[in-house]
Amino acid sequence: QNKCLNRPVPFSFPQTFDKILIANRGEIACRVIKTCKKMGIKTVAVHSDVDSSAVHVKMADEAVCVGPAPTSKSYLNMDAIMNAVKQTGAQAVHPGYGFLSENKEFAKRLAAEGVTFIGPDTHAIQAMGDKIESKLIAKAAKVNTIPGFDGVVKDAEEAVKIAGEIGYPVMIKASAGGGGKGMRISWNDEETREGFRFSSQEAASSFGDDRLLIEKFIDNPRHIEIQVLADKHGNALWLNERECSIQRRNQKVVEEAPSTFLDPDTRRAMGEQAVSLAKAVKYSSAGTVEFLVDSQKNFYFLEMNTRLQVEHPITECITGLDLVHQMIRIAKGYKLQQKQSDIPINGWAIESRVYAEDPYKSFGLPSIGRLSQYQEPLNLPNVRVDSGIQEGSDISIYYDPMISKLVTYGKTREEALKKMEEALDNYVIRGVTHNIPLLREIIVHPRFVSGDISTKFLPEVYPDGFKGHMLTAGERRELLATAAALYVAAQLRSQKFLGDLSRQWELCVELDKGVHMLGVSRAGNNYTVEIDGEKVEVSGEWNLASALLPITINGKHRNLQCLLRTAAGEITLQYLGTSFKLRVLSKLAAYLSKHMPEKIPEDTSSILRSPMPGSVVAVSVKPGDNVAEGQEICVIEAMKMQNSMTAAKTAKVNSGQDISYLDLV
Amino acid sequence: MATYTLMRSSLGLLHGLKCSFKSVGQIPYAGALTRSKVLQNARCYSVSHLSVQERIEQKRKAALTGGGQLRIAAQHKRGKLTARERLELLLDPDSFVEYDMFVEHRCSDFGMEADHNKYPGDSVVTGQGRINGRLVYVFSQDFTVFGGSLSGAHAQKICKIMDQAMMVGAPVIGLNDSGGARIQEGVESLAGYADIFLRNVMASGVVPQISLIMGPCAGGAVYSPALTDFTFMVKDTSYLFITGPDVVKSVTNEDVTQEELGGAKTHTTVSGVAHRAFENDIDALLNLRNFFNFLPLSNKDPAPVTECHDPRDRLVPGLDTIVPFESTKAYDMLDIVHGIVDEREFFEIMPNYAKNIVVGFARMNGRTVGIVGNQPKVASGCLDINSSVKGARFVRFCDAFNIPIITFVDVPGFLPGTAQEYGGIIRHGAKLLYAFAEATVPKITVITRKAYGGAYDVMSSKHLRGDVNYAWPSAEVAVMGAKGAVQIIFRGKENQAKAEAEYVEKFANPFPAAVRGFVDDIIQPSTTRKRICRDLEVLASKKQTNPWKKHANIPL
Repeated sequence: QNKCLNRPVPFSFPQTFDKILIANRGEIACRVIKTCKKMGIKTVAVHSDVDSSAVHVKMADEAVCVGPAPTSKSYLNMDAIMNAVKQTGAQAVHPGYGFLSENKEFAKRLAAEGVTFIGPDTHAIQAMGDKIESKLIAKAAKVNTIPGFDGVVKDAEEAVKIAGEIGYPVMIKASAGGGGKGMRISWNDEETREGFRFSSQEAASSFGDDRLLIEKFIDNPRHIEIQVLADKHGNALWLNERECSIQRRNQKVVEEAPSTFLDPDTRRAMGEQAVSLAKAVKYSSAGTVEFLVDSQKNFYFLEMNTRLQVEHPITECITGLDLVHQMIRIAKGYKLQQKQSDIPINGWAIESRVYAEDPYKSFGLPSIGRLSQYQEPLNLPNVRVDSGIQEGSDISIYYDPMISKLVTYGKTREEALKKMEEALDNYVIRGVTHNIPLLREIIVHPRFVSGDISTKFLPEVYPDGFKGHMLTAGERRELLATAAALYVAAQLRSQKFLGDLSRQWELCVELDKGVHMLGVSRAGNNYTVEIDGEKVEVSGEWNLASALLPITINGKHRNLQCLLRTAAGEITLQYLGTSFKLRVLSKLAAYLSKHMPEKIPEDTSSILRSPMPGSVVAVSVKPGDNVAEGQEICVIEAMKMQNSMTAAKTAKVNSGQDISYLDLV
Repeated sequence: MATYTLMRSSLGLLHGLKCSFKSVGQIPYAGALTRSKVLQNARCYSVSHLSVQERIEQKRKAALTGGGQLRIAAQHKRGKLTARERLELLLDPDSFVEYDMFVEHRCSDFGMEADHNKYPGDSVVTGQGRINGRLVYVFSQDFTVFGGSLSGAHAQKICKIMDQAMMVGAPVIGLNDSGGARIQEGVESLAGYADIFLRNVMASGVVPQISLIMGPCAGGAVYSPALTDFTFMVKDTSYLFITGPDVVKSVTNEDVTQEELGGAKTHTTVSGVAHRAFENDIDALLNLRNFFNFLPLSNKDPAPVTECHDPRDRLVPGLDTIVPFESTKAYDMLDIVHGIVDEREFFEIMPNYAKNIVVGFARMNGRTVGIVGNQPKVASGCLDINSSVKGARFVRFCDAFNIPIITFVDVPGFLPGTAQEYGGIIRHGAKLLYAFAEATVPKITVITRKAYGGAYDVMSSKHLRGDVNYAWPSAEVAVMGAKGAVQIIFRGKENQAKAEAEYVEKFANPFPAAVRGFVDDIIQPSTTRKRICRDLEVLASKKQTNPWKKHANIPL
């Protein structure tokens, strides 16, 4: 078992801090607290009122409420957090990622109070936090950069002009941005204007800074980043790369370390440039230098993130270092213990970001809800789950919809991927829509498995959007057989008092409009299901209460999940990541169902329904207006992303209902 | 006034006859041409050269085809199954034992005595069978024979199986699909209804009675389902009303469709007459099989126990965070119910009516239990007229059939206002109080949050012989909310805010009730399932009897 999975830190520690406040929430707050606990450091959690019973609050030694749910009033509320620091006497603050992690004001205010900021110095945050400035510094440090306009764009018209000079496609992004927020790609003048508007709004709401810049958009690139670690004594290391090309809407979904694409020379070149950039800004702590790598292995500096990255666990897995531990040591002023030659690449690690979102809508639109059932696949070896939620937690519109980071490790990439399949199949999430169907498909896709990926992977592989797993004939049989066996097992249980149980069943199973006649015979827990002349052997424990359904189909072990089983024979199974709706009926019921009247579903094309919960930030139409198909009606903001809602058909706007905060439109 | 009411009601009854006449009337004519072939068999049995054996065969065959292929096709076209198809789906394969297949109607007026107007078995199929191996008596009205209309013979068949069901102690399930009274028979048909009503009443509380409305059910006929324990409907193809739209138009001048007047949606959301509705015949029958598994066979039977795969000591960590911090914020009581019961399986009764109270059946460690819970998500979970009546009827069913009752309490009180007072919330609220108080089955109560005022007493409190009463740490047992209380105690005085804080500190927690022994324990929510399973085992041998009485006098 790989060491990273237990987050090893030496048994004895040099004195660092007595108490650390973690100015963050969710999984990263829990992650930091875990290392602090190992290091014998007391922890303080901050939380908004809705988070008062969150996992990070329970894990910490102390907790302080810093305001109401909206992030601007709680986790971004510097005054309240400074008060919490003073009130609890914390000696240092770990900012996690997002929120105040790259906010130089915050770092300054902490310094003024004599509290250590666990991260780089303010000048490095400032230099790297500004994309324009960072590009200039990178150029000076002989780091390869992307051609573009090195200045702030004033308005949409100037944006169009500059875009014309650089040549389309161009990327418009927030100068203060990160994490894909406030970022738009544009292929023509019209899109540039629209992109300018959206990006500046998003930038203003996410970072409080609406400055934008424009640069050449590198088509079909890979996104590969180098983890660096630097101390306050001028030493810096690169901890190898992370391949983060699988993205949707510029947000990462699946990451791995190392990358299949880099050869040792490129890796070293990138690592050395990253280190020279870190040294140029006198960087200390953990940081990440992001590069775009084109198909010729040319790499261009994208930006430097002056914080712990979401995907840091995979680097920990292959290097054996605990990055949070290192950050705390460095913040206290200790020197790095390792030399560059001490940094290994041991094995392979994959990270899947499990999100509460619907993967069938533009690869993932946020969903909310209560986790009615939640079980992490920690029973499997070489699996690490970083999460900040538990059964019963609410996924709300206020925060990032990430449920967890699922990390698997193997000696080889193949082993790590196999483990990921198993882990995803064993992950039980009920109550919110989640993206496991998409993750499960990505990691087995031939292009991904062969390492042929780019940031365009998802739109290229699923040009018409993600539709779930496409069953082969054999898989279809497996699924039908399982549903039939499960149905029979459930039927048999309700007849437990009957002496002589029936051994032969004739069933009719419906799966996406296909109807199959199945013969099922049973011996103990083993079922033989005959489908179109083929025999499928299914056996298992048939525990009808368990969320997981581990079975053996024709000698092959499979982990399915039963999501729904009703009296009317509806069975929903999660199979190979995707959930499938089946209906199992006795032969008689199936025969008679031809007489049942067809019900016409409600026509909703004249109703505009928001694909996700959120708040309306702008409404572009009035009651009585005529709208054309595709015309923007309103803009919804949820989880910090702005989405434009458009009319589904040409129509007249009827009612002028007040749309207020939290309304479902 | 009295005469007027009488007139109206007799008009209603009359319409029952009228509407049935329509449907019945059509049949002989519509089918006249084609009938000769279909019913050749039926006509033959009077021919004397056939042996008895042959006649038996022919009559059986005729009985199995009911009103003939044409009408069967018409029935299918309406999206409905035939009486026999329904029974086949409802019962275990080959378990149906039919009674009275040879019974024929005895009417000799209006040409009814003619051979071609006689159908062996008449317009209902009766008998007994098994659902998952357990005995049940059934009748299934056959719309293809005289529109399923009720003749004296039809009623007599139903009465026979009801009498036997009571004698052996097995539930009765009725599948209703009938145009109404057999008008040709006149008062004999009415007598038949009354005979059934009487048996419905006599069987009430002795064996469970379930009605599944699968077609029209109008006029006097509606009172049989109304007297049974549960009435289920099939969406879009079933109707229940005293008088149809035509009579409504002529009497009250209202324009209303059948569906609006007495469809499944109306009765499951507005009137509360039906307990649940299902998509179609198949869906309804399969769900009914599932529902049947929850019920004991009679009042002598204990609540059934089935094999259970869900560990009885399973912790439910989600419950520790389910009650929001702010006591004004809502949450879904169903989340608590689903978390606690076996396999998250909850058969909710009246899910769309009086949603501020949740009632239904579930299992704990395999044993059937009745669940009653206030629903904070709807009207803050307050008790009003409809929710009190809904809760009371359910509690009384559970008590009658030895089903333990688990009550989840989060109730801010009774709903105030003129609408409620004029509607008689006092006497209707008393029903729920009465039902909980008289119940002698095991009663377990969990106060999840608010238990305010009289509503606290009502909701299966310790004072009403609750066997085990728990409070979660978030419980607030008090006369009323802090604000209201302080306004009364400190009327006109300053420092209300401070007084309010003091009140909250003193009363907005489980301690005042716990120190008095009004709750037995304050428990960690995640352990609730474990505790209840253990308590139910202990209480399985509970014996409690109320004083002898002819019958009690619940405030109706």
